Amino acid sequence: MLTCKNDKGRRDFIKRSTAIAALYLTPSIFVRAATFHTVIPQPIPKEKLSVEINGKSYHLEVDARTSLLDLLREQIGLTGTKKGCDMGQCGACIIHVNGKRVNSCMTLAIDNDAKKITTIEGLAEGDQLHPMQEAFIKHDGMQCGYCTPGQIMSAVACVREGQATSRESIKEYMEGNICRCGSYQNIVDAIMEVKQSGKKV
Amino acid sequence: MSDHTKYFKIEGEGDRADGFEKVTGKAKFTAEHQIPDLAYGVFVCSTIAKGTIKNLNDALALKAAGVLDVISFKNCPNIPGYNSLTAEGKKNNQEWRGLKVLNDNKVRFFGQPIALIVADSFQNATDAIKLVKADYEKEDFETDFHKARKDANQLKQGATSKRGNVEAYKNAPVFIEAEYTIPMEVHNPMEMHSSIAVWDGDDKLTVYDKTQNPKRTQSAIASAFGISDKNVRVITEFVGGAFGSGLRSWLNLPAACIAAKKLKRPVKVVLTRPQMFSLVGYRPQSWQKIGMGADRTGKLIGISHAAVSNTSRYEDFREGIVDVSKFLYACDNVDTDYKILPLDVSTPTWMRGPGESTGCYALECAMDELAYALKMDPVELRIINHADVNPENKLPWSTKYLKECYETGKEKIGWKNRSKIPGKLKENGMLVGYGMGSGVFGAGRNAASARAILKEDGTLILQSAVSDMGPGTTTSMTKIAAENLQMPLHKIKFMLGDSDLPPGPGQGGSSTTSSLGTAVTLVCETLKQSLKELAVQKIDAFKNAATTDLDVKNETVFSPKDNTIKIPITELMKAAGKPSIEIVKDSPGNNPQEIKYASFSFSTHFVKVHVHPKTGEIQLKQIVTTGDAGKIVSENTARSQMLGGAVGGIGMALKEELKFDHQTGEIENASFGTYHVPLHTDIPPIDVWFVNKPDFIVNPVGAKGLGEIALIGFAAAVANAVFNATGKRVRDLPISPEKLGFKSA
Repeated sequence: MLTCKNDKGRRDFIKRSTAIAALYLTPSIFVRAATFHTVIPQPIPKEKLSVEINGKSYHLEVDARTSLLDLLREQIGLTGTKKGCDMGQCGACIIHVNGKRVNSCMTLAIDNDAKKITTIEGLAEGDQLHPMQEAFIKHDGMQCGYCTPGQIMSAVACVREGQATSRESIKEYMEGNICRCGSYQNIVDAIMEVKQSGKKV
Repeated sequence: MSDHTKYFKIEGEGDRADGFEKVTGKAKFTAEHQIPDLAYGVFVCSTIAKGTIKNLNDALALKAAGVLDVISFKNCPNIPGYNSLTAEGKKNNQEWRGLKVLNDNKVRFFGQPIALIVADSFQNATDAIKLVKADYEKEDFETDFHKARKDANQLKQGATSKRGNVEAYKNAPVFIEAEYTIPMEVHNPMEMHSSIAVWDGDDKLTVYDKTQNPKRTQSAIASAFGISDKNVRVITEFVGGAFGSGLRSWLNLPAACIAAKKLKRPVKVVLTRPQMFSLVGYRPQSWQKIGMGADRTGKLIGISHAAVSNTSRYEDFREGIVDVSKFLYACDNVDTDYKILPLDVSTPTWMRGPGESTGCYALECAMDELAYALKMDPVELRIINHADVNPENKLPWSTKYLKECYETGKEKIGWKNRSKIPGKLKENGMLVGYGMGSGVFGAGRNAASARAILKEDGTLILQSAVSDMGPGTTTSMTKIAAENLQMPLHKIKFMLGDSDLPPGPGQGGSSTTSSLGTAVTLVCETLKQSLKELAVQKIDAFKNAATTDLDVKNETVFSPKDNTIKIPITELMKAAGKPSIEIVKDSPGNNPQEIKYASFSFSTHFVKVHVHPKTGEIQLKQIVTTGDAGKIVSENTARSQMLGGAVGGIGMALKEELKFDHQTGEIENASFGTYHVPLHTDIPPIDVWFVNKPDFIVNPVGAKGLGEIALIGFAAAVANAVFNATGKRVRDLPISPEKLGFKSA
């Protein structure tokens, strides 16, 4: 249900990195001592990556196995994007890549060369919160706050893509964003308000 | 010093104090602290359920790129607190009781950490997992709860109680007997458990840890490593949910500390989502049997409640599953029997509504079954058996408004539309059912301390070493202080999440607002007194006033009797030459010897369901959840907690079940793709209502607590509604079309 990658991205992804992906995007429970390897893998050379994140250009050297999520959190220090499962099942890591929502744990960093990325840190304009951020506060669309950045990035995409036509369509669109504290009703309230306000998102 | 709690950023009294940080990504959770020279630790986990590691081949992993060390029983440094014979070991008995991570070669459950790989990057550490090979000597194991519980020799005694005649229910004119089962359920907070350990020399360290109790974590580490508490600083600024999983420390914490000490370098250990299913506790699996009898008018004659829940082979875990049957209803004859069953699995722990939510599921379903046997309305049966005093000890309730919860729930859900005969009501081709359940949980108050720092500019800082997993402690404490001092919310900042602050309570058992709110009230009262004294001592206009004649409101010290005697606090402090006033107050908590009242929070949950007559698909259509939780300090965050309890209850009733492959002992569904938690589309309109009447016997704030009652009794409401819709009674959670007798597609 989630729009994970555009077509070009998917082709690049498969072409360049099938082997890497198979190894490094595999949930770690499946990579246990049971699948014992007897050969030490060669060190992975770093690759160059140029991306624009929240309007700022980055020219980086990146371990090819790094997910976009780990690049943001561990290498760049943008920790607003959350790791909730690392296998594309919870939505906590959702960001916008070239304007489309993406599970950042499911895309390798090096697959995003020359792309424009927006994270939760880039949503507000200076001190002025994005209408969706304001609505989440107003409707208390959070408790612990951990899934919140992913919910908000998804919610913005929901309105932008014209999917916020009813409570039911919002719920369908937001199905991939788990909130374990159970703030779902308030989150839908927040999205409804932003949609109905007609504010630019 | 953690300093995340900015002033309320958005206008409006209802807002969450730390909402700004949470919606902007500025809130720092444990694994997000940027530490220079950080190394990454990942666990290698066992691939058998029980046995001994004969050989651990880590030679290849040690040669792999970026790997700094592989720590296992082969090279784990001596940890003083791991030795149960040392003083530290005895003190630490509670925390890492039976499982001393990386320290021995025993395997006690499938997926147990057997080694920690430490590398210079997460990728290099993860990549080396497949280079570590363990050879095991396997032993027979058991993970099948329902098979093992039938063997009485396997069971360990939990607790028994008797009041009146045992099994009196069997001689009642109307009685029912039924067995209820609940699978293991896993907390699965969205933030994974994680720890970062940073040593400063051999006997001093800072730990960033996901915990509901920074002070307990501090002393656990101190005793494990044989150092003093003051040499351990625990920082937990934000907790991304926990629901009980953060009430004790787990293996990631000592592992990070051990590795960081051995390598003389900061180490971060973040569990993976699959590891969250096996390494940080869960609600134990349970079997319950209830016998319940009444006379023809519905008056209860006897209740018999037996339960078995699982624990691990290496630690005993008990909770109060059968306790609710002793006091929720007036009944002279009650007997309970609780046993635990050790299995070769990891240890369970408290999960939201611990014990009571398991017990209330059975008790509240049994009440529903008895109501049908009596041909009586289930709510009426509950009102007939309303306990006017606590039946267990005859103490009066400090407050109890459960009847108001019944009435409001009935009205809001449209209970009058409920069919008395199950399976008879249809709406748009769907079978319609209404059901309800009640919840109850003790309203406790624990010791807590708070510091107030009033600054010359009129801002107030409050501090306590608690952490907040989402209920909104910063918000409620700020509101308590604002109301007490009659000053604006935005001038108050509440700081938490640091063990260096005055000791706070653990966030558990629905007691944070009660415990810490009392300390905050005390410190505010003391602050007012100090300001009055300061005015009398230093300000001419106050010279002849008595402090008892003065008041503090609207940031001003004044005399209500004489409007010429007044001074703004900022001017007072300036005139007195005081840049700040700092006060710490300790609140001792309830003294059990002095308790003259029974104090509990109560709730009711009413639900309406649709069940498809051909497929058995169950759709929740409407939820009304009510709480008698004393005074509601912060309406917005309290309401959110109730919503969350209902959502958790939907998971318990209809979705969540941890499954084992009993051939291998491995968990079968350790992911969000296979362990189903409630999602956006599972949630019908939820209406929350509070009695909102204070209980000043419990504490000066008047709040009783509501985190647990939000969930307790909810699953029974769903089960009872499904019965009302279909006439089929499913006594095994989660309820599914298959269990209702429909074939899966």
